[in-house]
Amino acid sequence: MRIALGPPQYFWPRERMLAFYREALTWPLDVVYLGETVCSKRRELRLADWLQIGDEFARAGVEVVLSSLALLEAESELAQLRRLVGNGRFIIEANDISAVQLARELGVPFVGGPSLNIYNVGSVRMLVDDGMRRLVLGVELGRDWLGELREAAAAEGFALPPIEAIAWGRLPLAWSARCFTARALNLGKDDCGFRCIDYPDGLKLATREGQDFLMINGIQVQSFEVCDLAPVISELLDAGIDTLRLYPQQHDMPRVIGRFRQALEGASPTPLPGHGIGYWHARGPMASAGAETPAIRGP
Amino acid sequence: MRLVCPAGSPPAFKAAIDAGADAVYVGFRDETNARAFPGLNFSENDLHAAVAYAHARNRELYIALNTYPTPTRIGQWRKAVDRAAALGADAIIAADPALLDYAASAHPRLARHLSVQGSATTHVALRWYRERFDIARAVLPRVLSVEQVERVCAANVVPIEVFAFGSLCIMVEGRCQLSSFVTGASPNRHGVCSPARSVRWQEHADGSRSVRLDGVLIDRFNPGEPAGYPTVCKGRFEVGESIFHALEEPTSLNTLDLLPRLARAGVCALKIEGRQRGAAYVGAVARVWRQALDAFAATPEGYTAQAQWHATLASQSEGRQTTLGAYHRGWQ
Repeated sequence: MRIALGPPQYFWPRERMLAFYREALTWPLDVVYLGETVCSKRRELRLADWLQIGDEFARAGVEVVLSSLALLEAESELAQLRRLVGNGRFIIEANDISAVQLARELGVPFVGGPSLNIYNVGSVRMLVDDGMRRLVLGVELGRDWLGELREAAAAEGFALPPIEAIAWGRLPLAWSARCFTARALNLGKDDCGFRCIDYPDGLKLATREGQDFLMINGIQVQSFEVCDLAPVISELLDAGIDTLRLYPQQHDMPRVIGRFRQALEGASPTPLPGHGIGYWHARGPMASAGAETPAIRGP
Repeated sequence: MRLVCPAGSPPAFKAAIDAGADAVYVGFRDETNARAFPGLNFSENDLHAAVAYAHARNRELYIALNTYPTPTRIGQWRKAVDRAAALGADAIIAADPALLDYAASAHPRLARHLSVQGSATTHVALRWYRERFDIARAVLPRVLSVEQVERVCAANVVPIEVFAFGSLCIMVEGRCQLSSFVTGASPNRHGVCSPARSVRWQEHADGSRSVRLDGVLIDRFNPGEPAGYPTVCKGRFEVGESIFHALEEPTSLNTLDLLPRLARAGVCALKIEGRQRGAAYVGAVARVWRQALDAFAATPEGYTAQAQWHATLASQSEGRQTTLGAYHRGWQ
């Protein structure tokens, strides 16, 4: 099983981002995803910067993938996407069908990202025809779904591509045209002042009784709870997961990677407080948690 | 522009046709459609009657098969496509690539519309669906500004349908896991957002009310304060020091004022949301939009949305508020 550093989800200042990846060059990684996936206004780093960082990882023997936006709205974003897909050096992660189509037209291989809506063998097969080399499990899909997929693929005699699972990080749950960080700060999206740069781990959204619930990250909404599949690593091995995706966070990343390396070497990591196993065991993460405590009922 | 109206029951269907809908979209009584609510949708007999009623008046019936079948369930979804073809439906509205592929090969003469659940927001994405499945129309997610809608239309890949009125999804459709995250029931897989079985209302001694979704507090309402259906995106939460509608207020989309611009952009159809609503809603809303479209067709330059139309639509709206949503940059 290989370890991938997922694409950065948050907006960090240029120097912090560059320092993060300088340090990441020393980490035991097999794959690195680079590039902006959330908001096209986040331009502390440009494609040329990502390519340069990518070259350094490639020289170090790490597989490099350039990630694309999950939500494309403007022509300028499509133009950027064309440059990304046609970069000539690295494969891409397609997080929208627009990227699949451009990769297909240019004959560029791609990783199918977690925001593509892929729910069955027929859909996987079409994307493989289009050039998909690896599929990241959709955010709400886990062990049972993958088992069904493998069975159905075997019945059709279809060889599935390698599968990657989100193993660490806040789950990307939704995207909107609206910037929720700007809304929380009473700013318009067009005059956002790039203020999400002030929230390097996102902006917490809690319920009115103080339960930590979601994380606001610009136009993206994430789970507050961090997904950590290290405690179920043996199940991931049994399920034939090829690559573990660990989403970057500003602190403690070497320790997170170490946790997974040790797990792969046979250690049995214990669950961390405030962390969960996301969708790996089928039901919604909060729904499964709720099953253990009695539901609060009205009169 | 054609007027496409929702119906979750035979009375709503009849109300839509009688009020002037050009087409009505409906669903089967199962999870093959994104309004899989108990007590909603159509039996086989209902559908035969509805097709006959629509076709006798030269109107159309579309069947929404807009959820994503998981590997073991694809057979049920394929059968639903077969049923739609056998019923003589004028189109299916679908999002799943494998299902669109099946429909294109098994029933090539049954028109395929790309559902909003397909999350296609660019003409490049639409090209994929057209080249792959020869779709006849695409419904755009409610995330584009009107300028962006104009550009997608100008690219001329497929005829474009947009949402004109109704309850507002503020996330990219097909990529919102908020209901799934809290309740385990997702629009994509189960055809529901915030299922009723997960909703708990609680009345307090002071007359205030709380509403929870599987234990998660979505909002609290003061005595007498209007309370909407608890979707995560319309709840009040604490961000920083403030408690507010952090994602969106309970509000409905209303584009009556944009009608001329959407028409000039080349939009082929306007969609009304609300298969979960009753015949009164469907009839009232369809009537207003019929009048508006007819008024625009008669004198495009002289079109102005009448105050009475706005009042009627506001009275049918979630929270009695309406918005231009993402069509207007200021909303974003």
